[in-house]
Amino acid sequence: MSSPCRASLILLAFILLAGCDREKRGMTHEPKPETMAFVPSGDPRASDYENNAFQMSQGQRLFMWMNCVGCHAHGGGGMGPPLMDDKWRYGGRMEDIVYTILNGRPNGMPPFKGRLTEQQAWQLASYVRSLSAQPRQDVLYSRSDEMSITEPATLKERNAIMNEPPAPGHGPGK
Amino acid sequence: MRRRLLLPIPLFVLVSGCAGIQSVSDDAGRESGLIWSLFVLFGIVTAIFYVAVIAFLIAAYWRRGGSNQDGLPDEGGVTRERSLRTAFFLWTGAVIGSLSLLALASYFTDRGLASVNPENKPMVGIDLVANQWWWDVRYHYDDPSQNIRTANEIHLPAGVPAMISLKSNDVIHSFWVPNLAGKQDLIPGRINDIVLMPRRIGHYRAQCAEYCGLQHAHMALDVIVESPADFQRWEAAQRQPAPAPATPLAQAGYAYVTSRECSTCHNIAGTNANGTVAPDLTHVAGRRTIAAGTLPMNRAGLYAWIADPQGAKPGNNMPTVGLNADELHAVAAYLETLK
Ligand code: HEC
Ligand code: HEC
Ligand SMILES: [Cu+2]
Repeated sequence: MSSPCRASLILLAFILLAGCDREKRGMTHEPKPETMAFVPSGDPRASDYENNAFQMSQGQRLFMWMNCVGCHAHGGGGMGPPLMDDKWRYGGRMEDIVYTILNGRPNGMPPFKGRLTEQQAWQLASYVRSLSAQPRQDVLYSRSDEMSITEPATLKERNAIMNEPPAPGHGPGK
Repeated sequence: MRRRLLLPIPLFVLVSGCAGIQSVSDDAGRESGLIWSLFVLFGIVTAIFYVAVIAFLIAAYWRRGGSNQDGLPDEGGVTRERSLRTAFFLWTGAVIGSLSLLALASYFTDRGLASVNPENKPMVGIDLVANQWWWDVRYHYDDPSQNIRTANEIHLPAGVPAMISLKSNDVIHSFWVPNLAGKQDLIPGRINDIVLMPRRIGHYRAQCAEYCGLQHAHMALDVIVESPADFQRWEAAQRQPAPAPATPLAQAGYAYVTSRECSTCHNIAGTNANGTVAPDLTHVAGRRTIAAGTLPMNRAGLYAWIADPQGAKPGNNMPTVGLNADELHAVAAYLETLK
């Protein structure tokens, strides 16, 4: 192949690269319409929200705005349980966490249904899972918004989620 | 040809028409007056030099067409040399003189801008906090119970200096009311000050002047300069809690706004809505615009905003709540009463 030809091929490859955008940044009715009914197991929104850096960072903002920080600190826990470890009382899947946020849990987790939109609950769940580095590496943020002494989420080790059995009759947690 | 030469004149006339609500050529404030005078002086001096240089160029062009092109001295050569020398000295003198004039003028303008509040009057104190993409406004007084909180609009009494402390909650923004003063940045983690000294009553428009993200262009601030008496009336009205809803529709809206999503973000004084992360809505209907200049404040604007904030200002931090038609009517009716 002649060298101008090779050069233009390489150039073309670079131009094509620009098409590989990482993700969509949905403003409204994205990734899924807000009116969708909640599916306790295998909700299609789970992976859409978890694998999206924009949604995750909106979750991070809401974690401060909704004062989750007041009870859970920045994941380390306080009056509420830590959210950055591998132990989950009510399940650590996206659906479980959204259920926890919207409906509350008996030992002091207030329900946010009606005070948060469902979309915001999904965004929060995405952020909550990032605290224990569950989402995909390329979606995780390398620095958190607050001053932090823990290592960035991208460096954290992803632990398999261990669920403690919840009190009987509470939610879809396993 | 003659006609074309006259063309710039209407242009100049047009420029003088730029004295609108967002214009640097307006001297509605002490600072902008100083800056504008300096600008005009620079304009005049540089225009004179520009015209002179062009005139010399044209003269040189015509001269080339003359008979003395060989570069050799002729009978008149000595005298021509002398007049050239005089011209050269005059020119150098004019350059040095006018540069010194401009330097001096800049110096005095700068001193003028630096001497904030030269008459030592009591100042209005305002904290202006920038957020992506709206302005949080707090007036503070010696007696904290008199403090006022509003958003996206500041009122200033004419003839009274206002000390504005500039802060930011997220990224760098910049505060610029061209009719009143120059720019000043709002930087997260630090406090900048700017003193405005408005002199003329009027409605002006400020605009965030540092690119701050998706909705930077929709980050305007209404600035209303009014007589001190009007300003005091405004202050007194702002200190009132939100009026109680009178009609059944407004009451339904009140019930929704103060118990549901809206209340976690927005504050409405005198109700259960006590969020701190979004614009204060206590007197929202008394403002001129919605969402930092995005929509005009009227019934249509309110409906458009509440029903679909992400359509009106994509990417802003208010979610589309998804109200049904009844809720929407009620909420809009209630917000309209918040004068
Ligand atoms: C008033 C304090 C308080 C606030 C505010 C609060 N939480 Fe909780 N949260 C708790 C407590 C207490 C528990 C444990 C509940 C239980 O064990 O029944 C909990 C449990 C949880 C769990 C389940 C943890 C597990 O192990 O399964 C999640 C997830 C969670 N909170 C997320 C949030 C988010 C997100 C927010 C902000 C929207 C929030 N919380 C706000 C107190 C709070
Ligand atoms: C998650 C927080 C949040 C919730 C929930 C929320 N808003 Fe907002 N709201 C905001 C933010 C942030 C802005 C400023 C947006 C901008 O201008 O960029 C705003 C702006 C507004 C404005 C324009 C204010 C102004 O000064 O121009 C109105 C009116 C408003 N919201 C009404 C409502 C109503 C009614 C609800 C409930 C249906 C609601 N908001 C729910 C965050 C929220
Ligand atoms: Cu800005």
